[in-house]
Amino acid sequence: MKPIIKVENLGKKYLIRHEHPERYVALRDVLANRVKKIFSFPKSLRAQQSAVDFEEFWALKDLNFDIQPGDRVGIIGRNGAGKSTLLKILSRITEPSTGRVELNGRVASLLEVGTGFHPELSGRENIFLNGAIMGMSRAEIRRKFDEIVDFSGVEKFLDTPVKRYSSGMYVRLAFAVAAHLEPEILVVDEVLAVGDAEFQKKCLGKMEEVSTREGRTILFVSHNLSVVQTLCEKGIYLKAGQIAAAGSIDDLVSAYIREQHQKENNREPISFGRIRVNQIKTTPSTIRSGDRLSVEVSWLAVQNCSIIGGALLLYNSAGVRVGIIDLRSKLVYKKMTEGECMFINIDINRVNLIEGTYSLGLYLNTTDRSGDIYDLASVTIEEQNQDTGIAPYEQRYRGLVNFHFEIH
Amino acid sequence: MRETRIIIEPGRTERNYWQDLWRYRELFYILSWRDIKVRYKQTVIGAVWGILRPLLTMIVFTVVFSRIAQLPSEGAAPYAILVFAAMLPWQFFANALTESSNSLIGNANLITKVYFPRLIIPASSVITSFVDFAISFALLFVLMAWYGYAPSWNMVFLPGFIVLAFFTAFGVGLYLTALNVKYRDFRYIIPFIVQFGLYISPVGFSSNVVPDHWRWLYNLNPMVGVIDGFRWCILGESALNRQSVLTAVIISVLFTWIGIRYFRKMEKGFADVI
Repeated sequence: MKPIIKVENLGKKYLIRHEHPERYVALRDVLANRVKKIFSFPKSLRAQQSAVDFEEFWALKDLNFDIQPGDRVGIIGRNGAGKSTLLKILSRITEPSTGRVELNGRVASLLEVGTGFHPELSGRENIFLNGAIMGMSRAEIRRKFDEIVDFSGVEKFLDTPVKRYSSGMYVRLAFAVAAHLEPEILVVDEVLAVGDAEFQKKCLGKMEEVSTREGRTILFVSHNLSVVQTLCEKGIYLKAGQIAAAGSIDDLVSAYIREQHQKENNREPISFGRIRVNQIKTTPSTIRSGDRLSVEVSWLAVQNCSIIGGALLLYNSAGVRVGIIDLRSKLVYKKMTEGECMFINIDINRVNLIEGTYSLGLYLNTTDRSGDIYDLASVTIEEQNQDTGIAPYEQRYRGLVNFHFEIH
Repeated sequence: MRETRIIIEPGRTERNYWQDLWRYRELFYILSWRDIKVRYKQTVIGAVWGILRPLLTMIVFTVVFSRIAQLPSEGAAPYAILVFAAMLPWQFFANALTESSNSLIGNANLITKVYFPRLIIPASSVITSFVDFAISFALLFVLMAWYGYAPSWNMVFLPGFIVLAFFTAFGVGLYLTALNVKYRDFRYIIPFIVQFGLYISPVGFSSNVVPDHWRWLYNLNPMVGVIDGFRWCILGESALNRQSVLTAVIISVLFTWIGIRYFRKMEKGFADVI
């Protein structure tokens, strides 16, 4: 089959200006510099200087991939890996520096929910405005108007200016417009981070439906790995502007998590106000679901201080906090003198979490600082032994917790 | 499924530019509609403001230039009408400059999130200023009725001069818009240009008071030709100054060309810079 998106040797170069860290140039600086240059430096020196002024930075380099019609592709990677730049090029907001992209269909990009919404205009007017911005014609919007209003559930407030909307209503209306676009290719960035969970689910459902029923292609970027996994089957893993891997999304997500952890494991202690928090030690670092886990938390006082409160935090790979362990009974109003070390050992008797990689963090409240410290350690939980002889349901359907139960 | 094919490669937008502009005409329409709607929705006095501003300026100018400075009008035309005939294109020009030069920064969220030919944004803000122009135009007829002054038959040529005013504003506006994105402190200069221009253009006085041997220099300001044309159409009291109109046509075409070229050169980087 002919690919719907064909990317060849795609690259995007930015020039980083060292002299002006600001994004724009001020006319007064340009004029001042010109005047300065007339009176100062000989030519050779000036040339040398300007060579230092700019540095090339390739946000994307040598990208090659094909996407088939109907594919739902997730793009993952760390901050600054080039995900957003890629989406920006595909939606033609910015031009590539090298290479070529062939798109065999209309593209609608959803880099933000409610692009161009004007607070003074009513919901009705904003549907038309936003629709036109997303590339719908007026006739098309008129035809789908009722459906959009229905999906958003704000029909009562259609003639109210959107500045009076609650943020939930605002997002719902905006997404309703986006969900009714009919492009062959839909490019979606992080937009689902806003809005309530129920509506998010509705949107994801709509997207999935659109893609399976009408064979639409979706390109999706999100930091929420579980959402990416739910929505997409294939993926592209970007690292420093290049493709590190491509293929099935589940493989990529686990590869991504694994690499993230390797990086974390050899990290230095983290300064947090007057204390330095060491990496958390977990024994063992891999357990079976339902097993016991020992955790050692420690920190060093760099100056005299007192600890007011604290808790151990546990996150799953999608960044959802699955639970905390309150440490206040041990350390409330604990005074620490300079150089003193504090160790806390915690045994979690039964870790009834479904398999996956979890990350541990610490909440601390001290004399001079309070807040969360993330990613101090990670622990892998493996699948429980099944003694029923029935294969478990797929992981993504099983929620967060493995219950201990009996069926009578 | 409709067969659409889009190729993205360096320099591609450049080549498909006018085709794209046509494809996005609907967006152009909607954005102008939004600007007009918001403008007249935001303030109760929105429309009143459009009338009040030229009216008050006209009164002040009439008093200052006619009564105090004792400058002559053209033929039998009341001085107030002489001023107002010039005030119309000038206000349009000044508004268009101010609005369009701020338009891209005001729409930064659109530019960084959606693709469309960026030319649409300053163009639609010139259209918005044009609506103000149309409103104050109605006021001209009220003023003429008040003074019992009949318009001249030259009025039939007025659309031509409106087009000339439009392109002068559009060309200069586009150039300033691009400059304003590049040099973010340029916006401090624009009010100065507008204010300065009001006095060096023949708004408060007839361009006939300028000595003949300086006329060629004076004509380099394209608004001189535009205003001369408007006065000739509306008042018809003195012969059309062909030289100033011709200069204005040449300069406005030149500015439109330079404006579009410069804007397009800068346009590619807008999303990265703004």
